[in-house]
Amino acid sequence: MVPRAETAHWIAASVALFVGLVLIAELVVGHDVFHRRRWRAYLFPSLVIASSVLLWVITILSTFSTMHLLAHAVWAQAALAAGAVELALVRGKLSRPTWALVPAAALLVSGIAFLVHEPNPWLYSRSAFLHHAIGWMLVVVSLFPLGRAIQLGRLAWRTGYALTFVLLAVLLFADRDAAPIFGRFGLGGP
Amino acid sequence: MNSDVATSIPSERERQGIERRPWRALVVQLLGPITIVGGLVWGVAQPYRILILDRGRGGDLYDYVFQGPLLVIVVGLAFTLLVAPGLVQDLASEERRGSQS
Repeated sequence: MVPRAETAHWIAASVALFVGLVLIAELVVGHDVFHRRRWRAYLFPSLVIASSVLLWVITILSTFSTMHLLAHAVWAQAALAAGAVELALVRGKLSRPTWALVPAAALLVSGIAFLVHEPNPWLYSRSAFLHHAIGWMLVVVSLFPLGRAIQLGRLAWRTGYALTFVLLAVLLFADRDAAPIFGRFGLGGP
Repeated sequence: MNSDVATSIPSERERQGIERRPWRALVVQLLGPITIVGGLVWGVAQPYRILILDRGRGGDLYDYVFQGPLLVIVVGLAFTLLVAPGLVQDLASEERRGSQS
């Protein structure tokens, strides 16, 4: 039984929200305390890699248009690359802070894929509106891991990166397959 | 100076630890419950999202289980039960170690 698009988006939102909470917690307690237990250190990379596997499953299922197929494949690949780099950083296989450029590129590519695969304008429906909003948000927030690569210790970059996932969750939770942009207040939609 | 009265000057690290302890642990402990409250508020604001409360409308498994407010509550619970307790414990042990050194 294949879930509807909105259901898949809500499940993705749950994962994003959990990742956001984990990153905020890491920010609050500090890197050393958070990484004291190994499983916690591996939590974020594991979630990103698991998300990429789920995105590959969605890629297989969402074959209703070539653009959707390509966009989901790009997200899956980007998440897999970002997760692999995060995992290698935790394992100590990679150490240079410039590897944070990979998550930055993953967010940028994901944002562009969101924008490219949405055929309708901003105000067509809530789904179209959210695809544009998420796409531009991902393009902008790719600056956070970029900043982290350049200025490793800067709190603003890490805070922005953590809040990115919470904001992504809020936008994904707001998604509906067919609805006006502002619900009962209207604008766009069927 | 009388040694019964004089005490050592607390180190900078010690003072920082004492100052930092309450809010860090509190924030970590509050993250999950705030998320749960967010899900509950959403559920109250949009009760039609929770199909368990209105079974007459029908729907499949996804409609019953994977609804936004329920998912938010589950995420909050997962964080509260799985992540937060260990973090608070490690924060406490870190501060104990800081105050001993």
